Amino acid sequence: MSAPLLQLDQATLRFGGLTAVNAVDLALPAGRLHGLIGPNGAGKTTLFNLVTGVYAPSSGTLAFDGRPLAGLRPDQITALGIARTFQNIRLFPRLSVFDNVRVAANLHRATSPLQALVRDRAFRADEAAIAARVDELLALFNLDRFRDAPASSLPYGEQRRLEIIRALATRPRLLLLDEPAAGMNPSEKVELIRLIREIHRRFDLTILLVEHSMRVVMSLCERITVLDYGVKIAEGAPAEIQTDPKVIEAYLGEEHTAKFGHH
Amino acid sequence: MSEFLQQLINGLSLGAIYALLALGYTMVYGVLRFINFAHADVFMVGSFAGYYAARHAPAGTLWGGLAVLAAAMAACAVLGVLIERFAYRPLRHAPKLNVLIAAIGLSLLLEYGVQLLFGATPRNFPQVFPSARLQFGPLTVSSNQLVVIVVSLGLLGGLQWIVFRTRLGAAMRAVSLNPRAAQLVGINLNTVVAFTFALGSALAGAGGVLYAMNYPSIDPFMGVMPGLKAFVAAILGGIGSLPGAALGALILGGAETLVGGSAYSTYKDAIAFGLLIVIMLLRPAGLLGRLTVEKV
Amino acid sequence: MPRQHAALLASLVAAIAVTAFGGALNAYYLDVAMNVGIAILLAVSLNLVNGHTGQFSLGHAGFMAVGAYLSSACTLRLAPQLLGGSPSVFAQHALFFGALLVGGLVAALAGFLIGLPSLRLKGDYLALITLGFAEIIRVVFQNTPALGGAIGLNGMPPLTTIAWTFGWVAAAVFTVSCLINSTYGQGFLAVRDDEIAAAASGLNPTRYKVVAFTLGAFFAGVAGGLFAHLKLAIDPRGFDFFRSVEIVVMVILGGMGNTLGVILAATLLTLLPEVLRPVAEYRMVIYAALLVGLMLVRPQGLFNVRLGRARL
Ligand SMILES: Nc1ncnc2c1ncn2[C@@H]1O[C@H](COP(=O)(O)OP(=O)(O)OP(=O)(O)O)[C@@H](O)[C@H]1O
Ligand SMILES: [Mg+2]
Repeated sequence: MSAPLLQLDQATLRFGGLTAVNAVDLALPAGRLHGLIGPNGAGKTTLFNLVTGVYAPSSGTLAFDGRPLAGLRPDQITALGIARTFQNIRLFPRLSVFDNVRVAANLHRATSPLQALVRDRAFRADEAAIAARVDELLALFNLDRFRDAPASSLPYGEQRRLEIIRALATRPRLLLLDEPAAGMNPSEKVELIRLIREIHRRFDLTILLVEHSMRVVMSLCERITVLDYGVKIAEGAPAEIQTDPKVIEAYLGEEHTAKFGHH
Repeated sequence: MSEFLQQLINGLSLGAIYALLALGYTMVYGVLRFINFAHADVFMVGSFAGYYAARHAPAGTLWGGLAVLAAAMAACAVLGVLIERFAYRPLRHAPKLNVLIAAIGLSLLLEYGVQLLFGATPRNFPQVFPSARLQFGPLTVSSNQLVVIVVSLGLLGGLQWIVFRTRLGAAMRAVSLNPRAAQLVGINLNTVVAFTFALGSALAGAGGVLYAMNYPSIDPFMGVMPGLKAFVAAILGGIGSLPGAALGALILGGAETLVGGSAYSTYKDAIAFGLLIVIMLLRPAGLLGRLTVEKV
Repeated sequence: MPRQHAALLASLVAAIAVTAFGGALNAYYLDVAMNVGIAILLAVSLNLVNGHTGQFSLGHAGFMAVGAYLSSACTLRLAPQLLGGSPSVFAQHALFFGALLVGGLVAALAGFLIGLPSLRLKGDYLALITLGFAEIIRVVFQNTPALGGAIGLNGMPPLTTIAWTFGWVAAAVFTVSCLINSTYGQGFLAVRDDEIAAAASGLNPTRYKVVAFTLGAFFAGVAGGLFAHLKLAIDPRGFDFFRSVEIVVMVILGGMGNTLGVILAATLLTLLPEVLRPVAEYRMVIYAALLVGLMLVRPQGLFNVRLGRARL
């Protein structure tokens, strides 16, 4: 049994009095397509923010491929091979679709910025290679028809897909997807499921997926972790999770509040 | 020791003037979240208004002085409301930078407009209040300094009363906490904003007269430095916070006066900016302000 | 030769030709043209910071001051020692080039040192701290007797020519547009659009901001050196807050991040006072009213033109 690709050990994050992530242990072996679910405010996004270095943990440790993540900046963590999407889409709105992806491909640039001024053969070859790779990714996701449009002009579903492509352009080994199906209709969800399967296989990825749509999570994930109030309350195969009384309790509690108008 | 006390009094009267100006910056920032660069020039217009009002008021009397003060405050309140109505309101939903540039444009417009109308040569400001030198043991306080301190305290008290005891004041506080919610509960944003400008500009007008009394010459560009410094004072205290603005102004006035009286007096103008840098780096929210963080 | 290099070379040759054969041209027009060039250099360099990278700096005049003072110190104090009594024109200009570089590099160093802590701040706060630093730079010059104190420096040799001015303009435009159009350079725009997303895409936003700030300061310093050797007298008041505002206005009217627009705006705003010379006393009032009016009716900037984007 090899070491897990991503390992959280008692990871904790407090915002003032609120413990958004509470002593969570998690071990993702390479190649896993893993689900992370929980009611609103359970701490799922915050856990992503911990892994990607947006916040530093209050206590506990995180490691990627055996390497501790403590003290690393978000861009350094991305360079190690962790990419993500955001729950509230964060594209570069004024850049074209092409440039949104190109920016992320910068990580694997072979030439130095100074060569942009010299414009020697190596630089031009490098730029051409990057452009080819970006175009290939765009074609793969059927976004090539929007290539030169500003990202902000894309329809919502396309923006979500563009964010995934941008993440892929950093050549990650671990991909964190934060509610990719949010705002999609049933047929778009089916398409998304197909797409996530496809990139999981084609790019040889490990994926951690946060999603409220049970349909998406249950059909994609081999294993699922459930958070509630920052605490891990269950982990197991989809079938086990669906019948776990603690999980049902957590979600029922949520529906309870929903009924009384807290949402 | 008495030297120090003397400086303290000088610092207090300078700080009081900064406070009157700083409050206007902080109030406008509170409700609209932008820096009203033209505020310093409203202050300048205040001293010009005072200069002309003084021709029609008995010189060197308490009532004459108060009348001049009131006239300048009224003129500035009207100016502030006009500026808001015709320049800032149409830009309320424009990018922040554009508003900033419009504000800078307005500031230049006021400066050069006044220069065009009244000329660039500095004028001596008349003695509008009774003049005397009061001796408290080893301390000398000019009556003008005393007027500055007393009038500022009075105006600060008045402001406190308006903001915390009147309906419009409550509306102002509501808008500065959450403009959208304030409108939902039926607060008229335009009224509140206009009122805020009137209030802030009136204070600046008073500040203009008080400043002119103590540094007795006025010119179209006199507002620039006090304006920048009052603004720094507002930041120092925590922009959006009224007590913060007053506190920042007093600290700045005190620090400037102390340095001005020392061997490093030529660095006096750098104090404000040095303080600004230190506070920005150590505590960007200011002494009494709260910082908002972006959620990811 | 890549297209960009051809354009750079052509501009350099043209600038040198105008200088060499421009003896017959009206000195007033040449003077105005050099003022335009210096304004363009300032605006294009600030555009890298404010426009492309989205970091609102209000302190560009400070870097201009550093360049103006240091290059003047070089030509005033160093030149006589290095070149002796009656140096050749060539030697003088070679030293001038060195002086401009020194001015630019020290300004860049100042930009780096100031940028590192300041760029943690955003928006209004960044504008303020850069304003504060620029004012402090000014007060320091004002209090340095060796650099003329409040009176400033004068008697600089008139070395600024069309060739130097537009040569540097060409260099700056070339540098900025080559960078911005490269994969690396798109990072500046990404940082402007969304810093958090940029970091998640593997870019180091701080590094980008500091590079923009330092490079912008370098060209501002060079512009300061050109300015000093055109006006032949400088004093601390010439680099005050209003000067920074002027440059910012060029960038905004040009349409933030739009190099060609910014060049046009810098040209227009430098020519405007000249055109208004007959009504000199109304000049600033008109300028100010235009500024407010433009923000009200055309907030996206004056121009909708773009420099052709290089695609490989
Ligand atoms: N920057 C922050 N400062 C303070 N509290 C925060 C911050 N970010 C998140 N929180 C709080 O932490 C808790 C967990 O939030 P988080 O966004 O991680 O939940 P989530 O599981 O992603 O919920 P959702 O399904 O609604 O996206 C919430 O109570 C939230 O309000
Ligand atoms: Mg979330």
